[in-house]
Amino acid sequence: MSGIIGKKIGMTSVFSADGRNVACTLIEAGPCVVTQVKNEETDGYTAVQLGYGERKDKRTTKALKGHFAKAKTTPKQQIVEFRDFRVEFEGGVELGQTLSVADIFQEEDFVDVIANSKGKGFQGVVKRHNFGGVGQATHGQHNRLRAPGSIGGASYPARVFKGMRMAGRTGNDRVKVTNLQVMKIIPEKNLILVSGSVPGPKNGTVILEK
Amino acid sequence: MSELIKLIEEEYKERRGSFPTFGPGDTVNIHVKIIEGTKERIQQFQGTVMQRKNPNTNGETFTVRKISSGIAVERIFPLSSPNIDKIEVLRKGKVRRARLYYLRGRKGKAARIKEKL
Repeated sequence: MSGIIGKKIGMTSVFSADGRNVACTLIEAGPCVVTQVKNEETDGYTAVQLGYGERKDKRTTKALKGHFAKAKTTPKQQIVEFRDFRVEFEGGVELGQTLSVADIFQEEDFVDVIANSKGKGFQGVVKRHNFGGVGQATHGQHNRLRAPGSIGGASYPARVFKGMRMAGRTGNDRVKVTNLQVMKIIPEKNLILVSGSVPGPKNGTVILEK
Repeated sequence: MSELIKLIEEEYKERRGSFPTFGPGDTVNIHVKIIEGTKERIQQFQGTVMQRKNPNTNGETFTVRKISSGIAVERIFPLSSPNIDKIEVLRKGKVRRARLYYLRGRKGKAARIKEKL
């Protein structure tokens, strides 16, 4: 699993080679610094930890400062670990190495994008779990249009099952969108354009995986 | 809009600027690239522009209406599409609406549009 950390810029559309108009999301990805390389001997598994974005010096704990000093880099805002990281262009990655978007992705690759979705606050079951609602507004129906309906039997099981889908806080969850195609890469500006939409607000942190 | 998004849209903006200006009521001839297997050919579609939608965006489209052997055909073209080879403006029309939906259901004399001189 190789990947990179980035920031969502916004959406636009481009035309593909066969003339289709494809909705796309523009992401500013990298450059990321390798802040730790984990291996089988010391950590029990192989992984690579990447850092992205600048963190203010006064907001960095001494422990983190030491961690970044090992990689000989400035404190980073986002730290993400990628299990079994591999980069095709060379054998491995070294501590303190800088990775840019063009090192990891090529045009026409399929990538997964992970981000926190936008928070929607307290929402009912229709928005939160795609319930259908009651279905009719007339025929004597009154104020139950978006109600959840029955949540269980009264005499048996005489309780509500765990995990019953109900109203509640919606959004702000970690969401992964799979198989987005890379439409374009602009290496000099660290930009990557992927097909489709990506969770989260503009300027939100996103993780791209391959 | 973000400067970085403009960077992506620049290419299509230039392409849209390369076409002649036209609007609703104009008679246009559109040269469309058609790919059949490996061969590419040009097909022409001539008719009256009914509307332009989502102007100055990558998704800008326009609708062209023509009567083809007694049957009305409306075709929607994406303006920024690489499949549009050429747009010829044959006649400027004088109309008072941005969307000429009133042409639907009319034919012959009733569907005439005055020329803008």
